[in-house]
Amino acid sequence: MASSAAGSVPKSAYRRPLYVFEAPVRIWHWLHALSVVVLSVTGYLIANPLPSIGGEASEHFLMGNLRMIHFIAAYVFAIGFAVRIYWGFVGNKYSRELLYLPVWRGEWWRALFEEVKYYLFLRREPPHSDAHNALAQSAMWFFNTLLGLFMIVSGFALYGEGLGLGSWADTGFGWAIPLLGGSQQVRMLHTLGMWLFIVFTILHIYMAIRADIMSSQSSVSAIISGWRTYRD
Amino acid sequence: MPVQETFYEVMRQHGITRRSFLKFCSLTAAGLGLGPEFAGKIAYALETKPRTPVIWLHGLECTCCTESFIRSGNPLAGDVILSMISLDYDDTLMAAAGHQAEELLEQTIEKYDGQYILACEGNPPLNEDGMYCIQGGKPYVEKLRHMADHCKAIIAWGSCASWGCVQAARPNPTRATPIHKVILDKPVIKVPGCPPIAEVMTGVITYMIAFDELPELDRQGRPKMFYSQRLHDKCYRRPHFDAGQFVERFDDEGARKGYCLYKVGCKGPTTYNACSTLEWNGGLSWPVKSGHGCLGCAEDNFWDKGSFYSAVTNFGSLGGAEATADKIGGILAGAAAVGVAAHAAASAISHIKSSKSRGARHE
Repeated sequence: MASSAAGSVPKSAYRRPLYVFEAPVRIWHWLHALSVVVLSVTGYLIANPLPSIGGEASEHFLMGNLRMIHFIAAYVFAIGFAVRIYWGFVGNKYSRELLYLPVWRGEWWRALFEEVKYYLFLRREPPHSDAHNALAQSAMWFFNTLLGLFMIVSGFALYGEGLGLGSWADTGFGWAIPLLGGSQQVRMLHTLGMWLFIVFTILHIYMAIRADIMSSQSSVSAIISGWRTYRD
Repeated sequence: MPVQETFYEVMRQHGITRRSFLKFCSLTAAGLGLGPEFAGKIAYALETKPRTPVIWLHGLECTCCTESFIRSGNPLAGDVILSMISLDYDDTLMAAAGHQAEELLEQTIEKYDGQYILACEGNPPLNEDGMYCIQGGKPYVEKLRHMADHCKAIIAWGSCASWGCVQAARPNPTRATPIHKVILDKPVIKVPGCPPIAEVMTGVITYMIAFDELPELDRQGRPKMFYSQRLHDKCYRRPHFDAGQFVERFDDEGARKGYCLYKVGCKGPTTYNACSTLEWNGGLSWPVKSGHGCLGCAEDNFWDKGSFYSAVTNFGSLGGAEATADKIGGILAGAAAVGVAAHAAASAISHIKSSKSRGARHE
């Protein structure tokens, strides 16, 4: 699949850098990454607390603090998510790639197929894409948009249990608890969601670094500076 | 219409003094979390309103709800309510038996069509046309449907009637089904727990007969006055949870010091009930106070949620395998890491090969 962007540039010249990730997207990316790390560590420790500490209960507030950090990070995650979705509507065309998968476009499916072939070593060069390739876009959409939304809904539903019946979190999200099979089940699904975020993080970091080494376009630096640069 | 007697008249006939009656009214008002002025309102309602009959049916159950009910912490409340209820129909408590007893049901329908409260303990099994629970020669589900057709409202006593409980646990061979999934056209008030706390039961029933309305219910149909908070929210060991002080084993120092039981599987953080405030047996104790975690018996499907002794539990839907969120997640993350490592190695080999061939071309 020869891309139109590549077509407009003379083959002999170096490809000009492309501004892909606008500032709000970059800021969101790093806040999102940071909040996922904080949420995963504190979340794991809420489900599996550290070894017990002695002394008077009034001298410590370990679980309380862990939960507070978890909730603060959750707000960063949720507000960042909302801002990022908003930016998908007003930002550049690449920012929309996280909102939906263009499953009605045959071209997109072909690109996805070619990308899978590339990762299975069935083709030497990856098909060209400016922001996210079709496979990356699918992963982003499933693990961030969809799973992120699930974590926000289930998380605030659980948060509402502590705030109490009739609180904003209970009114807005409490319906998720009976829907998903009760309080304990929601907790376990929320924990499983954390593991899926960890799976995504492993794949995401690997793919990003691999793309930097193996392909001709910049990857890690692009989400720092916003510019996609090319080596050829 | 025949002149209907009031609750007060019935109680006096049963030898309950006015003093005891008023005590009961103030206790109930307090139990329901109402202000002192409500004691008078309850008394007035019970003195003037015609008595609402209560029919108490038993399906697939273990009678622990009845056992709890008749041990209402305050014997007075027990006596009073018992005299209100056993008059009509409760096959465990009433004197009548056999045809005589079954006749009472028809009489109640005739006299109080659309006015009586149907209290259901246990649930009907639906497989084999309900043949797993036969009463008076007929499947229980038919009796339930018949009585529900003519009642005003239904109280689903206990986890059996509310959620299904043990007989509905996987694989649920008799297809035991909670009341709200069988009776769709009447209000069902769930009073879950295995069993529910006696004072919760008497409180709910008194509220309904005194105020002639349903108590305010939460999203899942439980009375808010008793089920709006988790045990965890009012647990006296909560400070130990917040501090990070846990019982690690049932025989350790933490257990002796009364630390939080979360790590040995206490389901208090996910269980809605009034145990940590009302306690059991007249405020004597409750599971956490006795040093054992909450099993979550008032929650839907608690039998299928895995270990009672682990904070991170199984998924109810995933067969018999011990599949907890952490196990499934750990396997997925491990698989991702191994996959990435293998793929990285393959990539490196392919990279070297291709650069070699490129190098060869350049030469």
